[in-house]
Amino acid sequence: MAATIEAPAPVAPAPHQRPAPRGDRLSSWKWSHRLAFLTCWACGIALCAVTLAIVVYMGVRGIQYLNPELLFTRPTPGLQQHTTGGILDPIMGTVILTIIGIAIAVPLAVTSAVWLVEYGKPAPLARAVESGIEVVAGTPDIVIAIFGLAIFQLPILAPLSFTASGGGVFGRSFLAAGAMMSLIALPMVFGATREGLMSIPTHVREASWALGKTRICTIRTILLPQVRANVATGAALGMGRIVGDTAVVVVLLGATLQLEPQGDVPILGNLRGTGSTLTSYVYGASPAGEGNAPQKAYAAAFVLLLIVLTLNFAVDYLGRRKETR
Amino acid sequence: MSAHDRVVDPFLDDAVPSLPPPRRRVRLDRTPVPVPETQDAPRRSAVRERGPGGPERMRVERLSVLYGEKPAVKDVSLPIHAGEALALIGPSGCGKTTLLRTLNRLTETTAGATREGRVLLDGVDVEQLEVTALRRRVAMVFQQPNPFPMSIFDNVAYAIRVQNKKRPGRRELEPQVADALRRAGLWDEVAGDLDRPALRLSGGQQQRLCIARAIATRPEVLLMDEPCSALDPRSTAVIEELIGELRRELAVVIVTHNLAQAHRVGDKVAFMYLGDLVEFGDAQQVFEDPRAERTRDYVAGAFG
Repeated sequence: MAATIEAPAPVAPAPHQRPAPRGDRLSSWKWSHRLAFLTCWACGIALCAVTLAIVVYMGVRGIQYLNPELLFTRPTPGLQQHTTGGILDPIMGTVILTIIGIAIAVPLAVTSAVWLVEYGKPAPLARAVESGIEVVAGTPDIVIAIFGLAIFQLPILAPLSFTASGGGVFGRSFLAAGAMMSLIALPMVFGATREGLMSIPTHVREASWALGKTRICTIRTILLPQVRANVATGAALGMGRIVGDTAVVVVLLGATLQLEPQGDVPILGNLRGTGSTLTSYVYGASPAGEGNAPQKAYAAAFVLLLIVLTLNFAVDYLGRRKETR
Repeated sequence: MSAHDRVVDPFLDDAVPSLPPPRRRVRLDRTPVPVPETQDAPRRSAVRERGPGGPERMRVERLSVLYGEKPAVKDVSLPIHAGEALALIGPSGCGKTTLLRTLNRLTETTAGATREGRVLLDGVDVEQLEVTALRRRVAMVFQQPNPFPMSIFDNVAYAIRVQNKKRPGRRELEPQVADALRRAGLWDEVAGDLDRPALRLSGGQQQRLCIARAIATRPEVLLMDEPCSALDPRSTAVIEELIGELRRELAVVIVTHNLAQAHRVGDKVAFMYLGDLVEFGDAQQVFEDPRAERTRDYVAGAFG
């Protein structure tokens, strides 16, 4: 309240008379603290070193074996490395699968996050949704893949996947794999959207309600535009997960070397057909698999790493843009 | 507590500008002086000339609001008249804001809040009105300036448009938006660039934009929840002056912690304490001749 109190007259001595400021110097710390500090420091450096090692090693190997021709030729089965073609189909497969997975995951995740944050009633149901998504996030991808197989082998879902000539349903297709991949990406998008919505203060919503707007209108015109960056971040994270996943590809996509359409319809046929992604290609071509093309495995792994790094930087960029806004 | 049926004497009010002593004591409270005395006096007297308010706009009848089992507002009855500003004062947590938020049914959005009694708008229970329609007639300004992250124009246009329709378009809305900004005293500062993001404005400008947004639909009542507590003294003075202008055309209900502000802008003052309406009456009377002991203590404590 005392606005009229005068600030005390400055009594600072001349700069050269002032003693050096006493800082918090490492030499004044206890030994245990110094040790702990050094450990933290070393761990950070070690992590950076590991990351750098992976990127540099894969980069050197990748650039060594990667050439444009490899990127644009289709793979062919062969015993010798020079007869196995390129990695066009795995790249296409990765792109298709990611698009399907994210196209299913984003609407599902955003709507459920909106429901949870903006309505969230009845409370037990909200809790169930939340823990349900946590369970999905924690489920190993191979379990999700096997479960997907059980679903998509149901005769009623036969039109969605690869069917053998005898009529047996394999339950393997881009659609099946994409649907299950969306479960892997969903928790990422959900979490990011929920964080974004919860960070919007209540009085912003109330301001909109107080103007006579309904909840739906408020969500559409005020809240969703504000969480766009969060959704994008979550989607980029989810895409990273999809791109990097192997189990679902092997079990649900067939991991066939080439895109093998089912039926004659151009695009739909591909979606119903099988294929492979970079991850399954790397596995197959590596010494662990049957492809016997280790150099191409390195090249494909490098491409995969590039994609994931790009997605990571996208996440970083989107997150930072949100902060500065 | 039956103070609100006390008849307000217009001649008593007319004497206010020529009676500086109580005013001066308010200023010694070191609250910001809004405008120099020379400008202040004529403005007040001009306002006073129109007499003590217009017709009754809203009526609160035996209203109690409970959060769970905890009562926040207990058995409050109040009239709200057009053409005057009602200041709700009282210590923190005494139910002022809850009372205010009940007037446009915003308490409904709080989980576990229940209500007894009635709130009438032009004789109709607000429960009977469509809530969106009610809130367009009883607008609200919040403590934090909270423009939406859109352009200045869109902020006001959003309020005018029905829900999230794109129509009417920009050209048709231009006059209405300009009018709202003019009435909120913001037009001269933003007229050059209505497409500027609203969040680039200063705090005081943002709050005036929120007022423009609130009055764009020509509401009958304007609720203000401590509209100046997040603002600097200069912006506060501008907004107080604005309230003085706005109350000519609509009923203003303002919650404030700042007694001096209540004295400056309020025609009527309601003092609440722990959910009770302790005293209600003409501002002059409540501040200078409070009837209830608690009012006297509160007013004196803050004055001295």
